[in-house]
Amino acid sequence: MPLLRRIARKDHAAIAFTLDGAPCEGRAGDTLLSAILSRTESLRRAEFSGEPRAGFCQMGACQDCWVMNEAGERLRACTTPLLAGMRIVTTRGRSA
Amino acid sequence: MSRHLDIDVAIVGGGLVGSSAALALRNMGFDVALLDKGFCGAQASGVNYGGVRRQGRPREQLPLSQRAHAVWPRLKELIGIDGEFLRSGHLKLARSEADMASLEAYAAEVADQGLDLELIGHNGLRERFPWIDGSILGASLCAGDGHANPRLVSAGFASAARRAGVHVLENTPVAGITRNGEGFALEAGTGTTLTAAIVINSAGAWADRFAADFGEPVPLTRIYPSMIVTEPLPPVMTVNIGIEGGGIYARQVERGNCVVGGERALPLADPDFSRPRGDGALAIMNRTAEVFPALRHAQAIRFWSGTEAAMPDRNPVIGFSGTTPGLIHAFGFTGAGFQIAPGVGEVLAELVRDGRTSTPIEAFSISRFSRPATSRPDQHRTSHGSGADQPPEPHNRGAHS
Amino acid sequence: MSARPQPLVVGAGPAGIRAAAALVAAGLRPLVVDEAPACGGQIYRQRLVQDGRSTKDLYGSEAGKAERLHAAFAALDGHIDYWPQALLWNLRDGTADIAVAGTSRRVAYDGLILATGATDRVLPVPGWTLPGVFTLGGSQVSLKAQGCAIGSRVVFAGSGPLLYLVAWQYMKAGVEVAAVLDAAPATAKLNLIRAVPLDAGIVLRGARFVAELRLRGVAIRTGVEGLRFEGEGRVSGVAWREGGRERRLACDGVGYGLALRSETQLADLAGCTFRFDDRDRAWLPTRDVAGRSSVAGVYLAGDGAGIAGADAAERAGERAALALLEDRGLAVDRARVVALETELARIGRLRDVLEAAFPFPAHWAGAIDDSITLCRCEGITAGAVREAAKHFDIGEINRLKAVSRVGMGRCQGRICAAASAEVLAAATGKPIDGVGRLRAQAPVKPIPLALQLAADRSEDAA
Repeated sequence: MPLLRRIARKDHAAIAFTLDGAPCEGRAGDTLLSAILSRTESLRRAEFSGEPRAGFCQMGACQDCWVMNEAGERLRACTTPLLAGMRIVTTRGRSA
Repeated sequence: MSRHLDIDVAIVGGGLVGSSAALALRNMGFDVALLDKGFCGAQASGVNYGGVRRQGRPREQLPLSQRAHAVWPRLKELIGIDGEFLRSGHLKLARSEADMASLEAYAAEVADQGLDLELIGHNGLRERFPWIDGSILGASLCAGDGHANPRLVSAGFASAARRAGVHVLENTPVAGITRNGEGFALEAGTGTTLTAAIVINSAGAWADRFAADFGEPVPLTRIYPSMIVTEPLPPVMTVNIGIEGGGIYARQVERGNCVVGGERALPLADPDFSRPRGDGALAIMNRTAEVFPALRHAQAIRFWSGTEAAMPDRNPVIGFSGTTPGLIHAFGFTGAGFQIAPGVGEVLAELVRDGRTSTPIEAFSISRFSRPATSRPDQHRTSHGSGADQPPEPHNRGAHS
Repeated sequence: MSARPQPLVVGAGPAGIRAAAALVAAGLRPLVVDEAPACGGQIYRQRLVQDGRSTKDLYGSEAGKAERLHAAFAALDGHIDYWPQALLWNLRDGTADIAVAGTSRRVAYDGLILATGATDRVLPVPGWTLPGVFTLGGSQVSLKAQGCAIGSRVVFAGSGPLLYLVAWQYMKAGVEVAAVLDAAPATAKLNLIRAVPLDAGIVLRGARFVAELRLRGVAIRTGVEGLRFEGEGRVSGVAWREGGRERRLACDGVGYGLALRSETQLADLAGCTFRFDDRDRAWLPTRDVAGRSSVAGVYLAGDGAGIAGADAAERAGERAALALLEDRGLAVDRARVVALETELARIGRLRDVLEAAFPFPAHWAGAIDDSITLCRCEGITAGAVREAAKHFDIGEINRLKAVSRVGMGRCQGRICAAASAEVLAAATGKPIDGVGRLRAQAPVKPIPLALQLAADRSEDAA
């Protein structure tokens, strides 16, 4: 079950992106964090413990929601607007 | 709080040199006080790059460097922690034929010193170190060198000294040292006085004041290396990297962070403290992305700097005072003190106990600054150091930017 | 205008907006740098797109203030330079390094107003790193700006005025609120009686939140101890002790926070002197009533300089701008200055009362189990920190960082510094102001290695 539950923008335009290679869908007005956590349970794994993480502060302070695009560029999920065609790579499947 | 200590040896400056000397002296049975104006290992010893490197040092430093080389793998037994010391090897890169020729010349010059340098051509480099950019022409590998965590090693020696029974007095600036009969009287901090038979001046970037007090002014200048560290990354860099002629130096710690140094920082309003310049840090970052393409999207998460003492001939001052019996100097490591410091500590302890040391240190005598300069054919060698071993002036600006 | 560089305002929340407006009113053209894509700060944060909700839905009783602030900033269009989605990552010697639109610009400034805001203060508790556990502020941002609830059955825990406000906002949005768990004893709220003469409205609003939550059957527990979040891979419940009894509730989302902490990194890089503030239980840059820091030309306003809330931030932002103008020898309206300072003093007294009503549970720090992650970036446990402090005989926070890596990660101690200081103080028996202050280091947030210096330098901003 996804971590976040939409209250608003349920009928906004769908925005297609890929998440670790699989097709995924967010809504216009989403941040990457909202788009991903409306579909899944986590964003990344902590480097040292391997624990799943899903952000914490949602305001760009805690730095616990970094993901990447396929080129390897880092994106802070809570402050990055979702754009159509983004190809997002996470460390969710990686063990410590 | 007033307090008086009557001891054998007072060591002024709790960096790696002072604290390793303190531990060695205590293990010989001396009663020792280690004084620091702040916290032990909080200055250059604790914030340097962390290169444990013999390669690139001037020939006259190599016997001392080799002595220290034997200490590093024994840290666990000496101070209770391994200091994250990794014998990764040190690879010095050549960006041009001239740089490669310089590496070859150095290898020939120190061939009898036991560094076991291996010269690697372009193809070998591509094959063995494919994560280094293809524009690098060749390199010299010193497989026995490595790197360690200076924050842990310096604090580790100080805390081991404390556990061994050294009087470790932190936040205790030494206000004055006077020759007093057979020994010395020290006034320190708030109401602390000490009498000691021997004083070791290992006060780093602050050592010149004490030397001058005893009639030995030295041309000590301060340098402020600039460091950056990345977020933790999957393993990429298998060796400690230097670049012939300067530029950057880089290592990856076991946890995955890459530490990269280069450029120079600037002192703050209080010149005892310094901080990197923004454009300097960017230059280091950009060069890192160029030399190690796999890191080009990595993030820098922190910059820092430190205050180091530099001597004009890029050799340290180690040995007895030329003016004052019982006074020993050990400072001015010019951005390359980390690796040899544990060896210097042993040498200082021998000087105290025996009045001499088995390791040649004549080249580091403070008296070289009180007599007319003699020509030194190999002096240029010292600019070849990588690691924190950059010459005091930022000589490489423009070559890359 | 002279060839002097322009003033720089950092942050476009209530303090930054009012500061910029006051500078513009005096004929200056400031550069406003903000990390967000739109103005408002955290409290008046705007949505990326409209979503059918009204400003009343988003900001409740503060909707009018939000609209006025957004409008005030819109009115500055053409009179300021505005860089949204820009990260000021370094400050030195009158020059700011700012990452914006993919490059880094060096900007010389003459006059710097730091309005950097605040984030939640937390102490680690078991399970605090589980997915589904967010800060109270993060829970609010998720709902307000993204229209996403942090779960279907949510618990709010901790302390501070935000605890009840966010719970109430979630309830109003139709989310099941399983409980509000308040670290403070019920008697602490009696202090609020003293707030009535200072701001009756705020007391009434708080009382209304509590009454409406209770009316909807939300359990409100006070004097909560031993708080922990449970779950495998994500949060599935919360447990706590109350009057010696163990309690447990199932939930799929937690909002947690212990009031706010100021974002002071840039003030530190600017060279400002800090002092320990007992009320905020934090090191804060010193400032006079007008917001002047210890560094000439550097002004501090809003929650980034000490927690006082959005109403104070608006006034402090304007006051700091007037101080900048005064220091440039420009005329300012003395009556306005007096009015602003009077209001700030009143809000300051209100803050004293609120702190007593929502006290920080400092005693939790000593009780943090050795196995609990203290630094979530570096994965450093409380036990590792205590062991390092003991092994190296360390009682100072920067030394602790050096040997334990606590506070050394991507967030630079934003999340763990307050807790680390508390743990170190508890472990060494020192007072909290006796373990030192974690020094800030550039870059204040991560920047990519390949970030290029813009070729244009700062001429365009002059």
